[in-house]
Amino acid sequence: MAGIGQGPGPDAVFAAKLAEGVFEIQKCGGCGTHVFHPRVICPACGSADLGWIAPTGRGTVYARTVVRRKPERGGDYNVVLVDLEEGVRMMSRIDGIAHDQIVAGLKVTASIGEGAEGDPAVVFRPE
Amino acid sequence: MRSKLSLRGKAAIVGAALAGCGEAHGKSSMEITIEGVHGALADAGIALGEVDAIATCQPLDMLSGLTLAQELGLNPRFTMNNRMGGSSFLSHTLWAAMLLELRLADTVLICYGSNQRTASGKLMTALGLPTYEAPYKPLFPLSSYALAADRHMTQFGTTREQLADVAVAARAWAKKNPDAFMRDPLTREDVIASRPVSDPLRVRDCCLVTDGGGAIVMRRAETAKDHPRPPVYLLGGGEGTTHRDISEMADLTVTGAAQSGRTAMDMAGVKPADIDVVQLYDAFTINVILFLEDLGFCKKGEGGAFVANGGIAPGGHLPVNTNGGGLSCVHPGMYGIFTLVEAVRQLRGEAGDRQIDGAELVLAHGNGGVLSSQVTNILGTEATL
Ligand SMILES: [Zn+2]
Repeated sequence: MAGIGQGPGPDAVFAAKLAEGVFEIQKCGGCGTHVFHPRVICPACGSADLGWIAPTGRGTVYARTVVRRKPERGGDYNVVLVDLEEGVRMMSRIDGIAHDQIVAGLKVTASIGEGAEGDPAVVFRPE
Repeated sequence: MRSKLSLRGKAAIVGAALAGCGEAHGKSSMEITIEGVHGALADAGIALGEVDAIATCQPLDMLSGLTLAQELGLNPRFTMNNRMGGSSFLSHTLWAAMLLELRLADTVLICYGSNQRTASGKLMTALGLPTYEAPYKPLFPLSSYALAADRHMTQFGTTREQLADVAVAARAWAKKNPDAFMRDPLTREDVIASRPVSDPLRVRDCCLVTDGGGAIVMRRAETAKDHPRPPVYLLGGGEGTTHRDISEMADLTVTGAAQSGRTAMDMAGVKPADIDVVQLYDAFTINVILFLEDLGFCKKGEGGAFVANGGIAPGGHLPVNTNGGGLSCVHPGMYGIFTLVEAVRQLRGEAGDRQIDGAELVLAHGNGGVLSSQVTNILGTEATL
C-alpha cells in the first residue's frame, strides 16, 4: 500500500527497484489506471493510493526516431516511444534490430539494459 | 454558468520593435532585449517612466523579470516572469489585457532577447533532459519533434516532401524580407538532401540559431489611438498545456493548439476562414503542419497536403510566416515575440514586399517546450472591432 508521506517518493522507489533488476509501474487503487512515469497521485483520479505492479513487458512501438551521430562519436542510435499493454507509454530504445527496421506497430518486449550513462534502464527487443 | 467576460478588443499593441536580429556581436541577451524595448517605446511615443507592468522570460536568467526592472530603472506594479518556452509572450499579452482591463496597470511592456548565436552557436537553454527520457539520449528538443513527425507520417501518410515544402515556403517569404537571416534559394530537393539529424527531420527542417530580440507595448483600447502608429487590437486569446515531456503527450498528432485556437477564436468571434495572415512558431517543419490542422485551417491529417506545392508560400492559399519564420528569418530561442511583431507589421501595412493587401485579421501562435504549451492570439485592425 503506497501513500503520501511514507518513505521515499515514487521516483526513488522506481530507481531502487530498477537497480535490483525489477521493472514495475504503478497501478491506482482508486480507479485501476496504470501509471507511468511514477507519480505521487493518480493523474486520472487524484488518488494517492498508487501501488506497484509488474507489467507484462509486452508493448508496441508508437513512434521512433534515429539520432544520426558520426561513427567516431558512437554512431547512430534509436529513440522510441513504446506503448505497454497496460496502456502507459514510455521512452526507450530497441536493441537487436537494425534502426531502419523499427517502425510504429512493431511488437517488442522489455528487459533491463543500460542507459546512456551505464545506469540500468528499461530497453526493448523485438518479440 | 460562468459569465461571459471577454477581453475582446479591450487592449491594443501600440508599439513594437525588433533588435539585434541575426548576429549581435558583443551584446548580452538583456542588452538586445533593452534595445528592443527602446525601439518599441519610441514607436509608441511612450516615455520609459510610463511603463508600470513588465513581462519577459530570457534564455538562461530564471529571474529575468527582476533583471529587466533593474536594467530599466523601473519599479513596476506587476512583474511577469511566467515561463512556458516560446509561447510565453502570447500568454503575456493575455495577462497584460487583464491587468489593463482591470485598471491594475496602464502601460505593459512585453519583451525578449537572446544572443545565442554569437554566445554559444546553438540553442541556449536552461533545460536538461527529463528523468525518464535521459537514459535514451533524445536530442533536446529536436528528437521530440522528430517523434511527432514520424507519428504523423505513419498515421496520415504525410510525406518527406510535404515537410520540406514548409521550409521552402518560409524561405520564399524570407526572400521578400530584407531583415531575414537566410535568403538564398532553397528547394524541396535541398531540404531532403540536407544533413539528417534525428529521423525524419533534417537540418533544414530545423529553425535557425540566431541572435535577436523583440518588444511590444500594450495599452487599453480607449487610449490606443493616442500614439503615432495605428493600434493593433487583441481580439482573442487562449492557451492549451498538454504535457511537458514528449513521452507524456497523449497523442503526438494532436496539440494543445486545438484548445488554444478554439478559445481564442471564440473570444474574437472569428473562424479560420476569416483570418488573413497566420504567424506560427515554426521551430520545426512538422510544427506548421500540426498547428494548421489543430487551429482548424484544414482537417486533421490533411496538413501535409495543405502546405505542399507552395500552399503557404507567397501566392498560396494562406500566407503563413510572412517574415520567413524561425526557419529562415530569425530564431533566437523562444520565438513567440516575433509572431506578434510580424502581426503588427502586417496589420499596420508596414511589411513592404511581403505585405498582404488588406490584412485585417492575424492569428499569431506560440509553441513552448516540446509541443507542450500552445498559446494563440487573434489580432486585428480597428475595422475588426
Ligand atoms: Zn486513479
